[in-house]
Formats: sequence, C-alpha cells, structure tokens
Amino acid sequence: MSVTIEVIKPGALTTVQDLGRPGFAHLGIPRSGAADRASLKLANRLVGNAEGAAALECTLIGPSLRFHNDALIAITGAEVSARLDGEEVALNCAVTIPAGGLLELATTSTGLRSYIAVRGGIEAEPMIGSRSSDLLSGLGPAPLKAGQTIATEEPLGEVPAIGVAPVAPPVDVPLLQVVAGPRADWFADDALALLAASSWEVSSDSNRSGVRLIGPELPRLRHDQLHSEGMAHGAIQVPASGQPIILLADHPTTGGYPVIAVVASADLDAAGQLRPGQKLRFALS
Amino acid sequence: MSSPPTIRPAGNHSVLIELEGNDAVQRLAAGLEARRGSELEEIVPGHETLLLVWREGAPPIGAIEQLISGAELTAEASAQPAAIELRVRYDGPDLAAVAESCGFSPEELATRHLACRYRVGFIGFSPGFAYLLGGDPALQPPRLAEPRTRVPAGALAIAGPYSAVYPRSSPGGWNLIGSCDEPTFDPAQNPPALLTAGMAVRLVAK
Repeated sequence: MSVTIEVIKPGALTTVQDLGRPGFAHLGIPRSGAADRASLKLANRLVGNAEGAAALECTLIGPSLRFHNDALIAITGAEVSARLDGEEVALNCAVTIPAGGLLELATTSTGLRSYIAVRGGIEAEPMIGSRSSDLLSGLGPAPLKAGQTIATEEPLGEVPAIGVAPVAPPVDVPLLQVVAGPRADWFADDALALLAASSWEVSSDSNRSGVRLIGPELPRLRHDQLHSEGMAHGAIQVPASGQPIILLADHPTTGGYPVIAVVASADLDAAGQLRPGQKLRFALS
Repeated sequence: MSSPPTIRPAGNHSVLIELEGNDAVQRLAAGLEARRGSELEEIVPGHETLLLVWREGAPPIGAIEQLISGAELTAEASAQPAAIELRVRYDGPDLAAVAESCGFSPEELATRHLACRYRVGFIGFSPGFAYLLGGDPALQPPRLAEPRTRVPAGALAIAGPYSAVYPRSSPGGWNLIGSCDEPTFDPAQNPPALLTAGMAVRLVAK
C-alpha cells in the first residue's frame, strides 16, 4: 500500500534522491543523485527496496514528517538524533512507523547528510531516467516544503531480515585518498605536497555541486586560460583564488579551472558528508 | 594520425585524453560512442579533451590505449555530422557595445556572425548549453566583467571564440547579442538536448 507523508517542517534542505542520471554528461546533464550513495543504498536495502529507489536526502537540519499510514523506514548516513513521537529511534535499521506517527530529525552531530528510505520508495516523476533533484540544473522534484505531502510507490519484494547494519561511525577529521592529476602540472612543484600536508576547513559556501575548502593557497605554475574540459565526480578544481573545490553530485559537467587531483572513488561518499566548519585532510595515493 | 594523444589520470575511475584540436576530439568521441554502456559510463568532449568515466574501479591504461587505437580505425566511418539550422534575431542588450568594441556596426556584426559555419565543440555549463566553434576571429569579445544573475532562455551570446544559445534561464557572463525561439533543451524529449557535440549549426536570420 502506498504511504502518504505530510511535511510538517522541511528541515534545512531535504530533497528526493536516487542513484542519479548517469550517461548524459556529454549533454551537460550532471549525474546528480545521492551525495553519499552507499548510505542511500543501505537505507533502501534495510526496507527491502531496490538499492537505487528514491529516498529523502536531508541536509544538516532534518525534517519533521507525519506519516498518514503504517510505514517501514530506515535512516542512514550522518549521525543524527531521530525521534518517533518523541521516542529516540535507532539509525541503520528498519523502523516501523504507525499511522499518524511523527518522525523528527534533529541537526546532524557528525556528517552532513541523512537518508530516509521508506518502503516502496518515494514517488516522483522520473526526469531523464531519474527521480533525483539536481539543484544546479533545476531537474527533478523541488526540495520539500512545509505543508506538502509526498507518497511512496507500491512496495515490491520481501523485507529482508536484517538487524542493525554495521556501519563505521563518521570520523571527526576524515582523510580522503586522492589521485594526482589531470592538471597537477599546472601547479608549482610543492602544490601537491601542500595539498596533502595541510589541514583544510569546509567553507559554509558549499552545496551539492561542490565543497569549497579554506586553507593555504595552492600555487599555480601556469596562469593561462585552460580550455573547458570534462570534470569527474570528486575532481579538486582550483580557481584563481587558489582555494580548492571538491566537485560533488550536481557538479557542472565541464569546467575551465585546472584539477590538481581527484578524490578516489572509495572516498566520494565521505566527501558527500563533509559539513561546513569541519576539518579534513588529503592523502596522495 | 598525428602524435599519440596524452592520457592524463582523472582519479581512479576516469581519464582525460588530451588531443590536438576539437576535430580530433569529435573523431575519437564518434569512434568510442559504440563502446558507451554499462562499463564506460560517460564520454565527455571538451574543447581539446575527451573525459572517459568508468562505472567503478581503475580502468587499466593498456586497455585505454587499445580502446583509442580501435576507435581511430572506426572513426573514418563517422564522416558527416548532422546539421541543424537555428533561426535568430540580433536584438540582444549587448549588441551595440560588442559591435563597437569589435569596430563594426550592429548590422555588420550580424552579417559577419550569420556568415560563419558553426559546429558544436562540446556541451557544458548547463544542460544543453552548446559551445559553438567556428566563429569569426574578428568577433571575440571577452566575457562580461560582471556576470548577469539572470540570462533569459534563448539568448544568443558570444564570448571569446565561442557562440551559444542559452537553453534555459540561468546566470551567465557572456555577451548577449540576440535571441533564438527554438527550444534547445527539453527534459521531456529524448534526447533532451537539441544539439550534440560534432553537429554542424547554421544560424539564419529570422
């Protein structure tokens, strides 16, 4: 049965996300999708959804949601206090919500993005093969608003008998593995060493397109204009200011700033959990 | 073929292939198109580069070289790119200033701009935003010092060697010289973008 959910408070930014729309970058369409894909997949598995089903991605301050029907949900991703009718509920496991239940997520304590999967998956009109909200391009459903109701699709398949999924707790100062290039040669000899040796702070001017970092200026060797080129997810782009930007799910498909290094695929989900004010480090692999 | 392309690592799931000019980019992209699929997820042309993104894991460098040489053999077949006409008006808010800075009257600018044979070099910046190459070397104004917060959909714009039609309303720093009513991006269509890299584009006066 489909579940109707009323948005009492939308939180700071709650969007519908699935695994995005890969295969369209040559048309200027970002992949988009969950910024922390592993957490989205886990949330879906816990409630018996296909791992790429649409779920809610909550940013920093979580939403308050009134469930109008019995539902099965799972919350994954950032560490956050979640309450069902005032009672604390566990993360990383399936939680039964009775009809009329109020689910409230507080502000994340570690990490930035929580995922709420509801059995059946969130209903939304697919756009270019995905239900993801791409905030850069304005594709997919708009962020949640107070008073709005959302619904789930009809559930398919069995509910798996998983208890609490073992999930490594987020760390205070993550260490992200990076691969040098493609434009490391546009920087001074010591720039890569400086990238790896420094402590970086996440700027408040970060979003689903990119994480802006504050730290030492990465010195450039070449100052001529780079022709626009394709950008990979996790690319560390360095604009003229010398302050790097890690490109996330909604990043522009091409760009004209040189990329000194790219975050290794295994650490892209961790990059999607970086929160403003947090410190991080890089390791060259 | 000329000198072998430079293969630059772009993380452990993609590589950036540097080529000599956009023609070589189009040839290699066309030659690789049949390989796009579940493993090779994205083939993204740039001005002088092609980014290849794999689903996961490290693409072995040997395999990339094989992929490229295989693509070169088949590229001959991809001879004639599709051609498209866009009907435009020269009525943009920056037309007079751009014409003056290039030493022409607005009418001369329009005539020169219409006379060029354009080709889509690559798409980027926003969905369906096609960078048109092949413009008149005498018409290369720099980007605006202060980008506009809102450029209307359909604005015909130039900056440096490129011309473009803004597919949708967005912020933008290019010089707006005219407009085009033809929709160039519609997410409900398949493909959603009217223009793709390699396509020949003729501008005709409306």
